[in-house]
Amino acid sequence: MSEIKHVIEATDLTKQFGDFKAVNAISFNVKKGEIFGFLGANGAGKTTAMKMLIGISNPTSGAANVAGFDVFTQAESIKKNIGYMSQKFALYDDLTVKENITFFGGIYGLSRATLKQKINALIEELELHDIADNLVGALPLGWKQKLAFSVALLHNPKIVFLDEPTGGVDPITRRQFWEMIYKAAHEGTTIFVTTHYMDEAEYCDRVSIMVNGKIEALNTPKKLKEQFKVTSMNDVFLKLARG
Amino acid sequence: MSISVNHISKSYKSIQALQDISFNVNEGELFGLIGPDGAGKTTLFRILTTLLIADTGQASVAGYDVIKDYKAIRNCVGYMPGKFSLYQDLTVEENLEFFATIFKTTIEANYHLIKDIYVQIEPFKNRRAGKLSGGMKQKLALCCALIHKPKVLFLDEPTTGVDPVSRKEFWDMLKRLQQKGITILVSTPYMDEAALCDRVAFIQNGELLEIGTPKNIVKEYSKKLYNVKSDNMYQLIDNLNTFKYTHSAYPFGEFVHYTDTRDDFDIKKLHSYLKDKGLHNITIEITNPTIEDTFMALAK
Repeated sequence: MSEIKHVIEATDLTKQFGDFKAVNAISFNVKKGEIFGFLGANGAGKTTAMKMLIGISNPTSGAANVAGFDVFTQAESIKKNIGYMSQKFALYDDLTVKENITFFGGIYGLSRATLKQKINALIEELELHDIADNLVGALPLGWKQKLAFSVALLHNPKIVFLDEPTGGVDPITRRQFWEMIYKAAHEGTTIFVTTHYMDEAEYCDRVSIMVNGKIEALNTPKKLKEQFKVTSMNDVFLKLARG
Repeated sequence: MSISVNHISKSYKSIQALQDISFNVNEGELFGLIGPDGAGKTTLFRILTTLLIADTGQASVAGYDVIKDYKAIRNCVGYMPGKFSLYQDLTVEENLEFFATIFKTTIEANYHLIKDIYVQIEPFKNRRAGKLSGGMKQKLALCCALIHKPKVLFLDEPTTGVDPVSRKEFWDMLKRLQQKGITILVSTPYMDEAALCDRVAFIQNGELLEIGTPKNIVKEYSKKLYNVKSDNMYQLIDNLNTFKYTHSAYPFGEFVHYTDTRDDFDIKKLHSYLKDKGLHNITIEITNPTIEDTFMALAK
C-alpha cells in the first residue's frame, strides 16, 4: 500500500462471546485526518469493537486494517502506530507529570534527546511549569485529561483512539480539550472518539451510531439530523439508540 | 425544610474542598448540585449523610442535626454513592433483601416505591451484582437506596458515563419518585440535566456560584450571545479566540457561542473580519443562552 487513504477499514468485523454477538458484522472506513465519532448506548458493543481495532482482542470473523496493518496478523504494529486514552486509564496517578511523559515516551521508543525536547514543548504548551514535578493524582481531572491526550500523541501516531475522554470534565476544559482534538486533526492525525455528550457528536466530521452490535447509522452530523428530521444529535441518538 | 446547610467548610490538608457553603432544599424538591469533577459535590454528600464531619458550619437533614442526630439521619435517608458500592458477590435479590433487613423492613412493605425500577432488573434477580451491566447496577443501587422508604434521597452522580437514552430514563424515574413525596438531592456534571431540576446550585472549586431555578439562572446571563457558524470549525474557533473584541467564544454543537466586549457590537463587522480570514458560509445570529453558557460565564 503506497498511500493509505483510509486509516481504518473494517469489513464485517464480528466478535462473538458464546451465543452473543457483541459486535455483529460492522463495516466502515475512516479517512486520514478525520474526526470520527463512535457513538452508542452502554452495552451496544463500542468498547468491544474498539478493542479489536487497537489490536488487543482478536475478531471472531471479518477483516480490519488499522494504520495500514491487519488486526489479525499485525496487532503489534498497530499498537506502535496508534495512540490511546480512556477515562479509566490514561496516566499513572503516583508518578509526576514529568515522570508520566518520560515513561510513556520510553515505552514508545522515543530517544532521550527527542523525549527531552517533547517534555519541554508539552509543559510549555499546556502551561504546566509550576506543577511539572507534582503527582498526576493531585491534578484536576480536566488537566489530567488534557495531559493524557498530549501523551497519547507523543509518538506521532497516525490515529488516536479516545474512549469517553471528557466524562465529568468541566464545560470550559471540555471545550479546550476539543480545541486540542481539532488541532491534532488539522495536523493530520485521525481521531476516533466515543462520547456521551451529544454536543460533542456535533464536532465530529462523521458519526456512527451502534445499536445492539450493529452500526445503524453513519454520516455527517448534518446529514444524520436531516435523515431523522430532528434538530440535534441528541434527538438523533434518542430516536435510534432504543429503536 | 428538608435539607439545611449553613456555612459548611471542609478541607483536606492544604485543599479547601468546601468553602462556606449555605443553601436549603425544600420538602419534596428535586434539587440539583451541578459542577464538574473535583468541585466538592461528593464531600458535601458525605457530610450530609453523616459519613464525614465538616470543619465548621452546621447542617440538618429531615430536621435532624448531622452531628447530634446522625443515627436518626441514617435511618431516614437513602444514599447512592457515585462509585458502585453494593455487594458484588451477592445476587440482585440478596442485595435488596440485605438492605431491607438492615433497615428492619421487608421488600414487600415498600415494593410500591421500587416496582417501576425493579421490574427492569427482576429477570436477573439471581445474577450476582458484580456481573451486571452498568445500567443495571445503577438501577439496583437505586432500589437498595429506596427500600426503607427514605424521606430524603442523595444521588451522587448517578448518570456519569451513562448514555443519553439511559440518562433520560433515569430522570423520568426521579420525577416519579419525587411525586411520591421524596426529597431528592442529585449531583451531576451534565449541564442539560440541570434544566430538569426544580432548583439548582452551581458548584466549582468548593464554592457555590449560584442558586436558583433553571429559568431564573439563565435570565441572569447579562451579555448578548451569538451563534457563529462557518465552513471550517477549527479555523473559526482560532480566529475568534484571537479577535481583539472577543469576550468569550465556546464551541456549542455546530455553532460557536460568541460574546463581544463592546456595547455597540456590529454583526457585519465580525462577519467581514471572519471573511477576510478566509472563512466561507459564515452566519452570525443572536441566540438564547443555555444553562451551560451561564455556568461557564460564572466559572470563568
